[in-house]
Amino acid sequence: MHAPREQTYLSATVDIRSWLLTTDHKRIALLYFAGITFFFFIGGIAATLIRFELITPGPTLGSPDFYNRLFTMHGIIMVWFFLIPSIPTTMGNFILPMMIGARDLAFPRLNLASWYLYMSGGLITIAALLLGGLDTGWTFYEPYSTFYATGYVILAVFGIFVAGFSSILTGLNFIVTVHKLRAPGMTWYRLPVFVWSTYATSIILVLATPVLAMTLLMLLAERVLHVGIFSPQLGGDPILFQHMFWFYSHPAVYIMILPSMGVISEVVPVFSSKPLFGYYFVVWCSIAIAAIGFLVWGHHMFVAGQSLYASLAFSFLSYLVAVPSAIKVFNWIATMHEGWIRFDAPMLYAFGFIGLFTIGGLTGLMLAALAVDVHVTDTYFVVAHFHYIMVGGAVMGFFAGLHYWWPKISGRLYPDYWARFAAILAFFGFNLTFFPQFILGYLGMPRRYQSYPPEFQIWHVLSSAGASILAVGYALPIFYFAWSILRGPRASANPWGATGLEWTTRSPPPPENFAKTPTVVRPPYQYDRGKPCMQAGDVR
Amino acid sequence: MPAFPWWPPTASAYASQINFLFVSLLVIAGLTIGLVFYLLLFFANKYRHGSNADRSGTTKKTWRFEVSWTVATLLIFVGLAGWGADIYLKLYNPPADALQIFIVGKQWMWKAQHPGGQREINALHVPAGQDVRLVMASQDVIHSFFIPALRIKQDVVPGRYETMWFRADKVGRYHLFCAEYCGTDHAHMGGWITVMNPREYADWLQAQGGQQTLAAQGEQLFRRYGCSGCHEPGGTVRAPNLHGVFGGPVPLSDGSVVIADERYVRDSILDPKAQVAAGYAPVMPTFEGQVSEDDLAKLVAYIEFIGPTTSGGR
Amino acid sequence: MSDRALGFQYGTLAQQRETATLGMWAFLATEVLFFGALIAAYLNYRIWFGQEFIAAASLTKVVLGTANTAVLLTSSACMAMAVTTFDAGSKRAPVLWLSATGLLGLVFIVIKATEWWLEYQEHLVPALNFDLARHGGVAEIFFVFYFCATGLHALHLLIGISLVTWLAVRIGSGRLQPGGSTTRLIGLYWHFVDIVWIFLFPLIYLAGRNA
Repeated sequence: MHAPREQTYLSATVDIRSWLLTTDHKRIALLYFAGITFFFFIGGIAATLIRFELITPGPTLGSPDFYNRLFTMHGIIMVWFFLIPSIPTTMGNFILPMMIGARDLAFPRLNLASWYLYMSGGLITIAALLLGGLDTGWTFYEPYSTFYATGYVILAVFGIFVAGFSSILTGLNFIVTVHKLRAPGMTWYRLPVFVWSTYATSIILVLATPVLAMTLLMLLAERVLHVGIFSPQLGGDPILFQHMFWFYSHPAVYIMILPSMGVISEVVPVFSSKPLFGYYFVVWCSIAIAAIGFLVWGHHMFVAGQSLYASLAFSFLSYLVAVPSAIKVFNWIATMHEGWIRFDAPMLYAFGFIGLFTIGGLTGLMLAALAVDVHVTDTYFVVAHFHYIMVGGAVMGFFAGLHYWWPKISGRLYPDYWARFAAILAFFGFNLTFFPQFILGYLGMPRRYQSYPPEFQIWHVLSSAGASILAVGYALPIFYFAWSILRGPRASANPWGATGLEWTTRSPPPPENFAKTPTVVRPPYQYDRGKPCMQAGDVR
Repeated sequence: MPAFPWWPPTASAYASQINFLFVSLLVIAGLTIGLVFYLLLFFANKYRHGSNADRSGTTKKTWRFEVSWTVATLLIFVGLAGWGADIYLKLYNPPADALQIFIVGKQWMWKAQHPGGQREINALHVPAGQDVRLVMASQDVIHSFFIPALRIKQDVVPGRYETMWFRADKVGRYHLFCAEYCGTDHAHMGGWITVMNPREYADWLQAQGGQQTLAAQGEQLFRRYGCSGCHEPGGTVRAPNLHGVFGGPVPLSDGSVVIADERYVRDSILDPKAQVAAGYAPVMPTFEGQVSEDDLAKLVAYIEFIGPTTSGGR
Repeated sequence: MSDRALGFQYGTLAQQRETATLGMWAFLATEVLFFGALIAAYLNYRIWFGQEFIAAASLTKVVLGTANTAVLLTSSACMAMAVTTFDAGSKRAPVLWLSATGLLGLVFIVIKATEWWLEYQEHLVPALNFDLARHGGVAEIFFVFYFCATGLHALHLLIGISLVTWLAVRIGSGRLQPGGSTTRLIGLYWHFVDIVWIFLFPLIYLAGRNA
């Protein structure tokens, strides 16, 4: 089946120009993968230093100003240059066209432009950090960030502004691709859930990011021109900034989690050899999360001075938005019922995701309860909550997808023993890092504090110990993935026994993805007593 | 101090209600997580590849499961939202007879002014069993006044007054934190709330030394800033007499009516053209940039003092 | 956006055309949210500040603004004619109509620049020479919105003028043949820039002017 001399997208041309000027969605995905790995590393160093600093109640590493710049850097890099792009630009770019039977995205050159915008924005922000950084927090609240903060606010904000265009164009490309480039027979309800999830994510990317662009522009105008649009000196309203900022930033967290959920919806059926339970519900829950997610931003502002009636409405809607996520969790578990479950690395990460996302989501319900939120907002309770979702959820989903599609992308298999070990290590390290933070939060430990009352130290020490374990769990894949490229056994077209279109073509795929455009004859995830039924009609 | 602190002190009845709600949420979350973990582990074991469990495919009617767990989830969630909102609403209904203390947050300290003129920095002494109402302002950026033991927190936003009230029941010393990032020394902008039994509180007030009450200081400022020139009878410019105004309705020139609370007084001083009293010309100059937050608090206290006596200290 | 050559990711020219069209509509949706955020913030202050905001709005040059509205609406009509005549197979007519569109766009820019110049003379430019003592802080906030909104709109218009010029050259030189979507999509963009102005004009210039 696999002829070593045939061209793959990797071997077709090998010079640097063919990579930097490529319009092949698969190569662009790898370009993005290099970028997000680099930024994850930078954000991770910041996290390591933060956890190291917090081992002692007083200053450990440096001045308060140094610490403030550290957590700002960690937030900005991780949110905009790692989490938001992570799955859509790597797995979305690589796998989505193949999943729908297309030869590329709708606008390949726009795709490459998106990568350059992302890297430019990232490098501008890195420049701001190298020059000395900024200490506003990733949330840039006014009037601190415009009239009081020293540091490279303008440069960093500009970097984020540029990268925002990458988000918008990528989302646009995906939406148009899914509408227009589906293979014959690939109706909407035959699309894999990963496609639906990426589609829902793209709607958010396209509609929410421009609001961030305008908000950042107004922030820049204020800082550069020294006029108080949001500052009280001229009568401006600092809370208006918060409304505009969170109108984007809450949907942004759904940009970070929806693709991960899509990955889990792919992995669980394969490693249970069973169709996804409740396909239609899972699909429409993705759309519902995207839609309702635009209506809950005020839950970041319950103590900000927002009107009482607004707070009541936002609390109610925040409970509503949790319902579709809960439905998905039940559906994933129900998929496993009466399945043939295998525990390869992707499935271990999926198990981890389901457990940790559930914990994170339930603590979100606690935060949505107005009276409780008054106590725990702006404390480590919130920090723990969003790390459970972002790291325990989104990053675990990223690793699940990475380990699931690695054979397809690289054409090699990795050693499963080490992969499972890394997954388990990361799971335990993660919980040790972040569970104590829930306790710290209810105790009253505020966020963004370098120094803290000594009685809180024990929880911080445990948390930092967990972080060191988590770091090992994240570092291990570098080694065994590198090994797999150099010496790993070659992968067949469908090493996992999955059913999607991407598994009907070679690993790694040829430049044009499919020798012949496939014709889709059945829905996704069809298994007959544990045996996969391929989606396309003309595949052996 | 225990080696593993699990729980913050609970210093008020309101804090107890929060504890109860939080623990209930914890229990519900715990049961849900327990169910999820149990099912995951149970299925992982029973249906692992190679096991001889029965897989005859009895789960065909998917939509019944879907609808039932959707509806159940929805009902529980709406109930929880309501419960949280119900307790939250209590924060918005301060009692009429509260002891009013002015708080000013600035980089990087909290200043408190008691009605008798006593001042504190990074500390707040209050009597137990007494309603306390805080009127808070920021001199520069957004801060947040956070007392974990009372389970209350309020962002303090520059350009406006925010209020918060509580009734501490348990005597003791509790953390005060700033909970909204505000710059370099954000982590050091805190101190202690000391709740004392009423007799000790009275002694403490005495011990601060003789000073004028906040309202008396406010009266002096009222003259010094020239307010009395227009607002007292016999003034050259026709301006509303402020005696008996505080706490009552004020008709405005655009036809609407507002209640003269501390926000109204503050806004009238800093931005008089925004809300002009009906029947008066908009000639009052603005004092933006001239009056500090501390002085504003004293002026407000004075205007409140000369308000209608029947409504008490609002 | 070439009309003749078929991109390898497409099966038919019709699919390529439809894809490009959907792409342009999606892009315009992002622009709606972009300007929409600015307008939402503006409306927030308009409601909050009430009379003071409206008083500041009366300092804008409503005659020039109205003239500009007429100019832009006419340019949209010219653009629509360009698309129609191009689809009908003509070559000279669309080039003329496109030139008229671009020219009217430039007229808009010139009138706008004149307004800005006048506002500079009257000390109404925030951060440069705004007369705070005379007009007050609320008016400065109004003018920040004014310059941001009209500035961003003008930037989009300049991009539109460049696109229209490029299109005119391509059609005139014969390198662009009917049957594709390029002309129509540039027309969509132009109309969108016009619609943004139709929202900005009453919000900024006509506020409180019911005399």
